[in-house]
Amino acid sequence: MNAPLYKFGVFGDEISLIVAFLIGIGFGFFLERAGFGSSKKLVAQFYLTDLSVFKVMFTAIVTAMLGLFWLSWIGFVDLSQVYLNPTYLMPQIVGGLVLGIGFAIGGYCPGTSCVAAATGKLDGVAYLLGVIFGIFVFGAMFPLLKSFFYATPMGNITLPQLLHVPYGFIVFAVVLMAVGGFAGAEWVEKKMAAKS
Amino acid sequence: MSDVSAAILTNQPHSNPAEAVVKKPQPYSNPYLAGIGLGLVLLAAFVVMGRGLGASGAFSSLVAMGVQSTVPTHATTNEFYAEYLADTSKSPLKDWLVFEVLGVFVGGFLSGMLAHRVNVTTERGPRISVTGRLAFAFLGGALMGFGAKLARGCTSGQALTGGALLNVGSWAFMMMVFGGAYAVAYFIRRQWK
Repeated sequence: MNAPLYKFGVFGDEISLIVAFLIGIGFGFFLERAGFGSSKKLVAQFYLTDLSVFKVMFTAIVTAMLGLFWLSWIGFVDLSQVYLNPTYLMPQIVGGLVLGIGFAIGGYCPGTSCVAAATGKLDGVAYLLGVIFGIFVFGAMFPLLKSFFYATPMGNITLPQLLHVPYGFIVFAVVLMAVGGFAGAEWVEKKMAAKS
Repeated sequence: MSDVSAAILTNQPHSNPAEAVVKKPQPYSNPYLAGIGLGLVLLAAFVVMGRGLGASGAFSSLVAMGVQSTVPTHATTNEFYAEYLADTSKSPLKDWLVFEVLGVFVGGFLSGMLAHRVNVTTERGPRISVTGRLAFAFLGGALMGFGAKLARGCTSGQALTGGALLNVGSWAFMMMVFGGAYAVAYFIRRQWK
C-alpha cells in the first residue's frame, strides 16, 4: 500500500503544485484533442448531431474507475485515501440543473472554456468572465443560500454503499451502461446524419 | 517543410506565403481515444495526489482573493470566501486547483498549436451577432459559476471525478446537467444553427 503518493508523504506541498500543473497540462491537452475547445462541437451533444461529449466523458469515467478499482484490488492504492466530495443531494440536483442550462446557453463548462480561451475563442473568454461573475454572485448571496447549501446532507457516500451491493458490481454495471450508451450514441449520430 | 526548404535552396520567394504559414486544422481525435487519455490523466491524479480534477474551484480562489483585496472585511465575515482564505500563511492563488487550471490553459494551447487550431475567433451560429454570442456566453458562464458553487463542483470536479469514484451526489448532479441542457437546448437553437 503506497498510493495515493501524496497522502503517504512521498512528496510535499511545493512538489504537489508542480504535479498539479503537469496534470493540468494533460487535462487541457486531451480536452483540446477531443474538440472541447469548440462550443459548437460541445453543444452539438444537446442537438444530438455529435455525441462526443457523452462518449469522451463516459470513456474517461470508465477508464479512471476501472484503473482505480484494479489498483485498489491489487492493494497499490488505498481507495479510502482518495478524496470524495460529500453528498448534499438537493443543492447538487438544483446546482446540476442550473449548470446544465448554463452549459447549453454558454456553450462551455469551466474546464473547456479555459481550453477555448487558450486557443483564441473570444466566446470562451466571455464565458470565463461569466463564471467569475456567477461565483461572485453566489458568494455575495451566500448568507441567503446557506441553509439550502447545507440541506439534505448524506455524507461521503458511494453508489455501492447506497444500494448495499459490492463495489465491483456497480463498476460492472457502469461499464455495461457505458457500452450500451456508446452503441446508442453511434446509432443516434447515424440517424441524425441521415436526416440532414 | 519541403516546400519551404526548396524555396530557400532555390532562393525564390514561396509561391504563396500565406499557405506556408496558415496550415489547415487537423481533425479532432477519436472520442474514445481522447476519453481514454482523459481517463488516464484522471487516474494519475487519483494515484499521485489522492484527488481528482477540477476547474471551478480555481476561479473561486480567484474571486475570493479579489474580494479580499477590495473589501477585506466582507471577505472574512462571509463564510463562503472565508473557506478559500482560511490558510492565511499563503496566497489563495497558491492552491492545487489554481496550478492545475494554469496547466489546462497550457495543455489546451499546446494541443491546439500542434493541430493548427489556434486562431482568434468567436464561435457562433449564422443567425447570431458576435455581440449576441458573447452576451450568451457570459450569461451561460454566470449560470455555470453559480450552479457549480451550489453543487460543490462542476463538470470536472463532480461529473468526471465524482463519476469515476461512484459518488452518489456526483451521479445525481450529472443526470441533472444533461437534463437541464436538453431542456433548454431547443429554445436557444438560434444561437447555434
